[in-house]
This record gives sequence, structure tokens and C-alpha cells, in this order.
Amino acid sequence: MRSSNLRLFLIAGLLVAIGLALGVSGFASSSPDGLEKVAEDKGFLETAQDHLFADGPLADYAVKGVGNERLSTGLAGLIGVLVTFGVGLVLFGLLRIVRPRAESGKGSEPTRAP
Amino acid sequence: MHIPDGFINAPTSLAAGAVAVGGVGASLRRAAQTLQERQAPLAGLVAAYIFAVQMLNFPVAAGTSGHLLGGVLAAVLVGPWAGCICVAVVLMVQSLFADGGLTALGLNVTNMAIVGVFGGWAVFRLLRRALPATKTSVVVASGIAAGISVVLAASAFVIEYAVGGNGGAPVGTVLAAMVGVHTLIGIGEGVITALTVGVVLGVRPDLVYGAQDLQAPLILGAEPGPATREVG
Repeated sequence: MRSSNLRLFLIAGLLVAIGLALGVSGFASSSPDGLEKVAEDKGFLETAQDHLFADGPLADYAVKGVGNERLSTGLAGLIGVLVTFGVGLVLFGLLRIVRPRAESGKGSEPTRAP
Repeated sequence: MHIPDGFINAPTSLAAGAVAVGGVGASLRRAAQTLQERQAPLAGLVAAYIFAVQMLNFPVAAGTSGHLLGGVLAAVLVGPWAGCICVAVVLMVQSLFADGGLTALGLNVTNMAIVGVFGGWAVFRLLRRALPATKTSVVVASGIAAGISVVLAASAFVIEYAVGGNGGAPVGTVLAAMVGVHTLIGIGEGVITALTVGVVLGVRPDLVYGAQDLQAPLILGAEPGPATREVG
């Protein structure tokens, strides 16, 4: 009961993330962010160099070859959310597997609540 | 907040890289020790959610935008160790999108995944201690700590710029400008963090690491009854 409830929560959460990345990101502000604006105002923006993947297929949160800007951004967001979720699942799953055993005396340390 | 290649010189970037490796390494060890079974997939979801919301730049002032960093959000939901890893994973995946320079990855991890997460978590814990032990306090503390964490991360950038910044801008004016604009961005960070923590607390309070003290003592193997869920 409890674990299926957790699965439901995870699926719902992932759907929210996908919805935001796919459907809302195309409407986000395209103004420079705080750091970029400060760099522009204070005169060090031109020290920025091109990213190694600046011509990559997903550069600047756009899928190369998709003409519609909002769709392109949304698809890039979808890919990013799925990749991030996948990497996170594998990484945190591995952490659970390599979890230090309790006999060392440190492994079963209780989680500290604030 | 993502530093591109070139803003900060190579030695400083390398030093930040060492800080990042050390901090994320320690977080991996501690998360392996403390992460509970149900938190592992949740941590993956938290990373994915932060990736999504980081795309949602909101306007903060004339011609300027900001977006969630997510450090406090991650720390409150899955704990600071796993939270640091979540934000670091997001920053690494964002390289595929040419966001944040590759040589600046150590700087960005240091600012957002280490200073933002652990600095924000420290503020959250202080606020929790000062506020009554209620769910509302967790939401309020999350929001305020999240807002402050953005200013902390922005200040970390200014330190890096002071040590090895290119372009010769006076550090004092960079500091004033960075803190000013990131105070505004911090308001957005606080609102998004408080909203998200509030929703998760409403649906599954047992999944909120930063509210574990509000849960009734867990009896292993027992089916959680209404009493365990209504505390707080």
C-alpha cells in the first residue's frame, strides 16, 4: 500500500516536472539572468568564452532542427528532465547498493532531523 | 547564476574544482550511509524537478531574469548530502545544453551545490530551532532559507571574482550588483521552494527530510495509521 503510494507520488512528481519543462519553459523570460546582467553592466561579459557544446544538438535549451522555438525549448526540457531523472535514479540506486554495512558502527547512523 | 567559461581564471577555477570534488565526494559518502530506501528514487525526482524549474526564468527587474537554484529545496526534501548531489547532477546534465562553462563546472558546483545547499541548510536549521515545531514553520523556514541561499551563492561568486576574475571590474561594485539582483531572485526562490515543500508536506509529510522531527516515532513493520500522519 505504502510503496504503491510512493510510486504514485513519484510518477505524479515526474509528470509535474515534465509538464513544466515541456509546456511552460517556452514561456520563460528570455532576459539575461542576474549574473549575466551584472557582467554586462560591470563590463566583464565579453570575457565569456563559447561553451564547448555551443554548437551541440541541445545548445541553449533548443533541439537543433526544430523550427518552432517553444516546441524546441520544450523538447529540450523534456530530454533534460528524463536524463536528469535517469542519472539520479542510477546514481542514488548505486549509492544504496554500495551502502556501508552497519557492522562498522557508522553505517546505521540515524538520520538527523533538525 | 551559471558562470560561463572565461569569467574566472584557470587557477581559481581549478581550486573551485577541488572544493567541488571534495564536497560532492563527502556528500556521496554521507548519502550512501544515511539515504533511506524510499529517498533514493525521491532524490532522482528532486533532481529532475530542479532541472525543470531552473528552465523557468522569471523577470525580476528591468531586463533581468532569475531562476530557481534549488539548493534548499533539495536539502529540505532529501537532506543536505543527497541534496548536494541532486544539484551537482543538474549542473552536469546542463552541460549538454551548453549552460555553465565546462571549465567553470567546479565554480558552479561550489556556488550552487555546496554553498547554496549547505549554507541554505544551515539557515534552515537555525530558523527551525527558532520557530515552533509545526509544518507551517517548515514551509516558512524553507522559503526564507532558500531566499538567503541565493544571496550566499551570489556572494560565493563575488569571492571567486575577487580572487581570479577577468575583465577588471571593481569587486565592490560587482558585490553590490550581485547581492542586489540576487536578493530579488531570492524572493522567487523562496516562493517556489515554500510552495513545493508545502505541497509535498501536504501529500507525503513522511518524505520531507527537514520535517522528520514532526513525525511520530516510526515503528518498524507497522502499517502507518492515522495517528502517524496527523502529528504536527
